[in-house]
Amino acid sequence: MTYFLQQLLNAMQLGSIYALIALGYTMVYGILTMINFAHGDLFMVGAFLCFIAATFLKLPFVPTLLLSMAGVALLGVAIERVAYKPLRQAPRVSAVITALGVGLFLENFTLVFSPYPQHVPALIANRTWTIGGVSISSLQIIIILLSIALMIILDLVVRRTMVGMAMRAISWDKSIVPLMGVPLDLIISITFAIGTSLGAAAGTMYSLAFPVIDPYMGILVGWKAFISAVVGGIGNIRGAMIGGFILGGVEIMVAAFMPSTYRDFVAFGLLLILLIFRPYGILGKPRPQKV
Amino acid sequence: MKKGMLLFTLMILVSIAASACGGGASDTIKVGVVAELTGDIPAVGASCKNAAEMSVQEVNDAGGLDVGGKKYKIELFIEDNAGKADQSASAAQKLITQQNVVAIIGPNASRYAIPASEIAESSKVVLISPWSTNPKTTLDAKTNAPKKYVFRACFIDPFQGRVVAKFALDNLKTTKAAVLYDVASDYNKGIAEFFKKTYEENGGTVVAFETYTTGDKDFSAQLTKIKDAQPEVIFLPNYYSEVPLQIQQAHRLGIETPFLGSDSWGSAELIQLCGADCEGYYFSTHYAPDAATPQATKFIEAYKAKYGQTPDDVAALTYDAFGLFYQAIQSAGKVDRQAVRDALAVIPKYEGVTGTMQFQEGSGDPIKSAVILQIKDGKFVWFANANP
Repeated sequence: MTYFLQQLLNAMQLGSIYALIALGYTMVYGILTMINFAHGDLFMVGAFLCFIAATFLKLPFVPTLLLSMAGVALLGVAIERVAYKPLRQAPRVSAVITALGVGLFLENFTLVFSPYPQHVPALIANRTWTIGGVSISSLQIIIILLSIALMIILDLVVRRTMVGMAMRAISWDKSIVPLMGVPLDLIISITFAIGTSLGAAAGTMYSLAFPVIDPYMGILVGWKAFISAVVGGIGNIRGAMIGGFILGGVEIMVAAFMPSTYRDFVAFGLLLILLIFRPYGILGKPRPQKV
Repeated sequence: MKKGMLLFTLMILVSIAASACGGGASDTIKVGVVAELTGDIPAVGASCKNAAEMSVQEVNDAGGLDVGGKKYKIELFIEDNAGKADQSASAAQKLITQQNVVAIIGPNASRYAIPASEIAESSKVVLISPWSTNPKTTLDAKTNAPKKYVFRACFIDPFQGRVVAKFALDNLKTTKAAVLYDVASDYNKGIAEFFKKTYEENGGTVVAFETYTTGDKDFSAQLTKIKDAQPEVIFLPNYYSEVPLQIQQAHRLGIETPFLGSDSWGSAELIQLCGADCEGYYFSTHYAPDAATPQATKFIEAYKAKYGQTPDDVAALTYDAFGLFYQAIQSAGKVDRQAVRDALAVIPKYEGVTGTMQFQEGSGDPIKSAVILQIKDGKFVWFANANP
């Protein structure tokens, strides 16, 4: 039982990071029906900003987190303006390829900065408590609680504020809603800022939990978060959160109770089976195709 | 007119190609290096590049290499494989066909050395990998016979796995071990299996044999499983960029057993990334900078003066790979790919920085010994020797 609880805690930590990144994918998809494949690399930039803030500016945890989120939000908005906006009317495939290109650019840009893996200093004093045989570290508690808090705030913003209402309206219909006086570009920028800053928050926490960072760290994690978003139903915010926790849970539990070599094979096999029965994801709804 | 121009251009190209193929006509010996300058283990590539440049500079400063009564300067071509298997193969291809090198030194990690070695073997060009310890590097994938043109400057994993397993049993007096390794990487997988085999043959039990894949950063599920199996020692035959994460996460889960490693730990970066977490642990490697022979001391001093750091095992092995190549081309007496290969295979004995080596008959694997180092006060300190 303690073994299961320990693994559950591991799954919560991994799942909350996947969920935070998945939110970025799902928000951008919801509003632009475009998959921002550079998102995993924005997560990586977030981790590097955390490294810079902690190492060179010697900031404590909260300012580091805020700086990283703000920096990546600005970068996200800039990328949308420069790379995606001119392609809004172009075939969707062009935007997806551009996103892949932006991702490669970010990786190689960071590579110029340093090809070496970097060590992120411990910003949170590491303490481990053992309760009934289960080890809990201070870092795990902070990651899980902070992620859940950010998700609740996002949910409130989207459901209860005017900006959130505008976002939902634009994701419903991009051509009529601006005619009602909703500033399209501003709302899209805000969506990018929120989505990418959540990715940066995930990057910061990830680099504290796994303090060796490198320019390629965003690729694998980004793909897994994208899969989480699809499993939860891409475009659906609560779905992305659920998808993140499901993927984290499945990955950890497969490794925990089966030979770990089968982990990815079994984990992604299960997700494929789930998509056969729910092709739009757990919370996704089929969209009628407009002709 | 147009057709005539085309023909003319073609003729010029052919004549350029023909003159380039001669190789021996010029007064330089072209040597290629394929290294991991970017990607997941850039410290390895940097050490390889540093040692290569230093070795070539020493020869050129001394007026060149005397081959068959004529002095040749060495010309070095360094290619980055970006830490990718396919780029390793294409870098080797480029060096062979475009730069027309006589021999290739590198790549270092087995997962890149194996694909590059296939290219070298089929093009009949000598390739010496300084650091690739997986047996497959020098073996033909289909026939399992030794490759003719592929050599290495280091020992191989069956030997290293045996050394570490014996050390865990005899010196650390353990009977229960756990292993966590990267199943997607040739080096890690090979050595983990050889460790398990020797450990169990000699009376120990491997209570957990866990895997992950390259790029993973979260090892909590596997480590929790390992903790549950209660081993007395944990073997991590993984690269220096991953080991710190594994040990830190293990400590966070409350695992307190000693950890053991292999030669992939031997980069100064390990200590920088790991900090106090790696203190007191052991790993097997190729040479000990603090217990060196006279020629090794000379190399270490020169390297320190040039780059301001103690050379790691990759640097020392790269330097030896160049040394082996110089000796082979000198005893061949001519700048010719085939002659270099034949001379290299029969080198009687080479006294290198990392010890004495000699190739086993009909194979590119040298016979040489290993050392066990301990991490003490943030430094690698000699602990024990292990002979073949």
